[in-house]
Amino acid sequence: MNYNWNWSIFFEPAPGGTGTYFNMLLSGLWLTIQTGVFAWIIALVFGSIIGVLRTLPSKTAYWVGFAYVEFFRNMPLLVQLFLWFFVLPELVPRSWGLWLKQLPNAPFYTAAIGVGLFMSARVAVQLAAGIASLPRGQKQAATALGLTTVQSYRYVLLPIAFRIILPPLTSEFLNTIKNTAVAITIGLIELTGQARSMQEFSFQVFEAFTAATVMYLLINIIVVTGMRFLERSLAIPGYITGK
Amino acid sequence: MFASFDFDVIRRSLGYLFLDGMAFTLTLTGLSALGGIIFGTLIALMRLSGYKLLGHIAGLYVDLMRSLPLVLVIFWFYFLMPYVGQWVTGASRPISVGAFTSALVTFIMFEAAYFSEIMRAGIQSISKGQPAAANALGLTYAQTMRYVVLPQAFRNMLPVLLTQTIVLFQDTSLVYVLSMPDFLGAASKVAQRDGRLVEMYLFAAIVYFVISCTASFGVRRLQARISIVR
Repeated sequence: MNYNWNWSIFFEPAPGGTGTYFNMLLSGLWLTIQTGVFAWIIALVFGSIIGVLRTLPSKTAYWVGFAYVEFFRNMPLLVQLFLWFFVLPELVPRSWGLWLKQLPNAPFYTAAIGVGLFMSARVAVQLAAGIASLPRGQKQAATALGLTTVQSYRYVLLPIAFRIILPPLTSEFLNTIKNTAVAITIGLIELTGQARSMQEFSFQVFEAFTAATVMYLLINIIVVTGMRFLERSLAIPGYITGK
Repeated sequence: MFASFDFDVIRRSLGYLFLDGMAFTLTLTGLSALGGIIFGTLIALMRLSGYKLLGHIAGLYVDLMRSLPLVLVIFWFYFLMPYVGQWVTGASRPISVGAFTSALVTFIMFEAAYFSEIMRAGIQSISKGQPAAANALGLTYAQTMRYVVLPQAFRNMLPVLLTQTIVLFQDTSLVYVLSMPDFLGAASKVAQRDGRLVEMYLFAAIVYFVISCTASFGVRRLQARISIVR
């Protein structure tokens, strides 16, 4: 393989004038984490609401949840980001559209909201499955105790359902972080984007991508370890994953 | 609200969008799914083979692929392929690999990791008595897999494999980052040429939505039929 390896490239100054190539990648990593966490919060909030809607006895609520999930699941993430970024500002009233277009950091907000809503459909499916997997007696006991629907979800069903779906939620969180890389197409210079621009500036393709790969692996290891710890500290003794 | 839009641009570009763009997307999806399932089955067999080293290598590969964003993997293969081609053919310089070949190899390698997990679950769901009976009949390991285990595993996992193929169909839109003429790429080219972003992206979204919805509806019906039989 006649490729000129040059691992010291990371310590050479980048053309941006903001430090070395390594600093450049680190700023990308930081943006990936910020976008990922922001998107994950949106995914959790909307996913929880829609997930609960899908389990309510009301037919209307079920259909709203169903339509929401199908809407966000059946379009590629890239197309959804384009819809938010290019199409939405043209469809709203003119003054709003102008405001949207002039928003500083527009790619960041678009990516966080776009990826967040895309992932919220997946969270909703997981949560609905988690609630459905609970024994019917849980809901009946809550009703027998005189709890309202809101109370039985808040104090009985959700605390256990969330514990059950914690392992799949871990991988959905990782997917959220990975999916922020798609935002490179709307100009968000996150980790993959920085690796790409480092490759364009320095021609050291494989060093740049290796560094990005290692950073993504580190994120994975940290998230998986953190979530294991969370799982263990939330486990209820004698119930499912508890000891 | 739609007064200032020109939806005729869609009609004018239908031929290019579907005959070139959608054909590219569907070919890429079909071949990647086929290659991914074959390669994924091999990985699953490696993981379940009982040889520690083989299992570890396959496991590492799957974990690596599953922790990286597809966009990064697309870039990796796009730049790596010329060097691999040089190494395979023994040429003196990195050879140029077509955009389609590069994308196809990327998706096969990437999706194989996901398909292998599905096939592994499928193989593990076959009861132990099946391979034991095959063994008792004097079938070799390869024959047991070929005639007894894999057909059943494949059948049980068919709905999941198809669902993953729908995900793959949506993921192929990411070849946009290499400016390839898939369906979204074609729509985007027309959009930028004619300055009609809104119309073209809305249309692309609707087409992807209709195809994915129809396909997942079909998968759901198939699943219902299979689960009645079992």
